[in-house]
Amino acid sequence: MTQNELAHPELAGVSVDEGSEDLSRSEVILKGALAAGAVYGTFMVGPFVRKALAMSAGGDVDILNFALTLEYLETKFYEEAKTRAGAKGELKSLVDLIAKDEKQHVEALTATVKQLGGKPVAEPKFDFAYSDTAGFLKLAQTFEDTGVSAYNGAGPAIKSKDVLAAAGSIVQVEARHAAAIRLQNKEEPSPDAFDPSLDEAQVLKAVEPFIA
Amino acid sequence: MPGSKERERTDGQGKSAVARAVKDPVSRRKFMALTGGSAAAAAFLAACGSDDGTTMATTTAKSAGDNETEQFGKGDLGIVNYALTLEYLEAAFYADVVKSALFKGAELKTIEKFGQEEAEHVEALTAAAKELGGKPAPEPKAEFPLESAKAVVELAGTVENLGAAAYLGQAANIQSPDVLAAALAIHTVEGRHAATLNTLLGEPITPDGAFAKPADAKTVLKSVEPFIVG
Repeated sequence: MTQNELAHPELAGVSVDEGSEDLSRSEVILKGALAAGAVYGTFMVGPFVRKALAMSAGGDVDILNFALTLEYLETKFYEEAKTRAGAKGELKSLVDLIAKDEKQHVEALTATVKQLGGKPVAEPKFDFAYSDTAGFLKLAQTFEDTGVSAYNGAGPAIKSKDVLAAAGSIVQVEARHAAAIRLQNKEEPSPDAFDPSLDEAQVLKAVEPFIA
Repeated sequence: MPGSKERERTDGQGKSAVARAVKDPVSRRKFMALTGGSAAAAAFLAACGSDDGTTMATTTAKSAGDNETEQFGKGDLGIVNYALTLEYLEAAFYADVVKSALFKGAELKTIEKFGQEEAEHVEALTAAAKELGGKPAPEPKAEFPLESAKAVVELAGTVENLGAAAYLGQAANIQSPDVLAAALAIHTVEGRHAATLNTLLGEPITPDGAFAKPADAKTVLKSVEPFIVG
């Protein structure tokens, strides 16, 4: 994120259209995400009443690109946080660790999309509004919990066993991040016995405010 | 590609993109060239197999070869009952720890909360086994060493990290999307528990790095065997 974009977030949206032929589906949806509520309590209906998933019909590549968009967001967020969040001591180590993990997720997802013959989505421009450590931690918790729910929501729509196993190995790491960030926030690391799942539209709604 | 059978719920597309990519030597070469420099990608992509059998050490469960869950039932029922057995052990462990009076205050609250969540997993998996038309696995009789608070937290950390790895090891074997959704929802909770205990222990929250490693049923069952009595 450049100084210019930080100073003029209202102008940043323009930059999303750069190279618009490459504009990914996810980004288009990100710009126009529909409203949808969270689905905490899916399991209250019955342990195996699954939320009907509104995943795109594009198959594993679309799901991976969707995940890639979220990982771009997290990577940028933690990279910025290294100099912006005022994190010290234990929290600083945690920020560094998570930044490293998220970056590896971006690399892995990018490579996997290519392996499947797809085109990795472009990195959107992000704008994270926070001014202190507490603000950073609050956003971090939202992103990590949303990330967990996004992967969990997409999981059953993944067709390849190998992609599913790989997505599983990422989501467990997201859950571990979520717990660690929640501990920093003095919140329950594991608020529910079942992590809620979110469908694509719900995830997009949650992260849309941070897409410049 | 070995061990990469498509999951059964295909939507009519004959072949997965993975299968297509693997069969296309050009895209594979391109891919290998593109990803050759990234260790993270290599580790992750081990999951996606290799065309020449020289795959990087795999970090994901080989879905073939792990049929240990069959002793608990066929297919998804076996996996659900396997998970149920593990959840019974976790729930019993936390219940014993709570009774042991080794913990007070915030730590006790965390242990109670985790124990309650494991009990909810037991309930959900019991219901799932019935829903699959099967008989839920019986509760194993278990005993845990509860000598000191430190030893208990260490054991809890071991158990939770193993539990998370156990779910990860089964995810790709599950056929029913509903069972999978439930297993995923539990899997990440086990991951949260594991990270919390690792934090208490001063250990890395992500001991496997950016990509969590799975454990197969054989390994997991062997690890919990010492706690099962009779």
